[in-house]
Amino acid sequence: MSVDLVVLAVFMGLVTYPSRALPLLAPGIERLPRVATEYLRLVGPAVLTALAAVNVMVVTPEGGTPVFHVGIEWLAVAVCAALTAWRRNLLIGLAGAVVIVAVARALGVASLPV
Amino acid sequence: MSLIVFAGAAQFAAVGYVANGLAWPGVILLTALLNARHLLYSAALAPSLKSIPAPRRALMAHVLTDEAFALSVGHFSRIGRTDERGYWIAAIGSTWIPWNVATLAGVTIGGQIPDPARFGLDVVFPAAMIGLAVGLVAGRRELVAACSGAVVAVASSLAFGPGIGIIAGGLAGPLVAMAVPGAAPRLATHDDATGLP
Repeated sequence: MSVDLVVLAVFMGLVTYPSRALPLLAPGIERLPRVATEYLRLVGPAVLTALAAVNVMVVTPEGGTPVFHVGIEWLAVAVCAALTAWRRNLLIGLAGAVVIVAVARALGVASLPV
Repeated sequence: MSLIVFAGAAQFAAVGYVANGLAWPGVILLTALLNARHLLYSAALAPSLKSIPAPRRALMAHVLTDEAFALSVGHFSRIGRTDERGYWIAAIGSTWIPWNVATLAGVTIGGQIPDPARFGLDVVFPAAMIGLAVGLVAGRRELVAACSGAVVAVASSLAFGPGIGIIAGGLAGPLVAMAVPGAAPRLATHDDATGLP
């Protein structure tokens, strides 16, 4: 293991921790106005779907600019959402998504990720 | 890195950055940008965790991830109160331990899997994120926040890169949703979608 990479990980941790800790440790956070708490309540769904959408719809080639991507991953993620909502079980949704992608790639109807 | 940074998206990205020879300041800056979304999670959880002593909140912050946030918020909503033990189970039991065990397994035996993408494993991350989001959608406003967050994130990512796009989606989605008349926030009455106790 490279010691250099451990040092890099320490720096990455140092820039990550404040964003996790500052609001949790900030005094007076409980006195936020109602509109602010409602906004914060909506952050979760927005960030999580943003992560999912960017992951399956945006591909950045090595050294290139981000491009829009259409692929089997869209269907897999949609099926995962539907299964999770229907069965109220994330594991079933994940299994469905993985099976769709694996089968599609095995059949040659979907490409491997870039 | 899994122990110190403990942020999947940033770790995956960092591997790509390092492999492509990006200088350290660039890697660190992009990590900070990509992980800035934790600021939103932390702020969203802060009112619920305010009664917990500061040293424990400081520890809780280190294990705050996408998954820990979604699982604990869903859990708090389901039971109608804050549950510190539930947070630790979500953050440590469901995320930190499996992530680090899997990292160790990947380092030691991962090379024997010829091409993980062939088995569809690359779709686990986005599928997990969307599944966790489903668990947080309890009404029209959450649905609008989720959809508009995704649209803004993709558009911003294409223009400015994924690190900025994800944050833009996370900031803009709730704003759009606030413009929608919604019912008063209700507590989920059904089991959450995570399948966890």
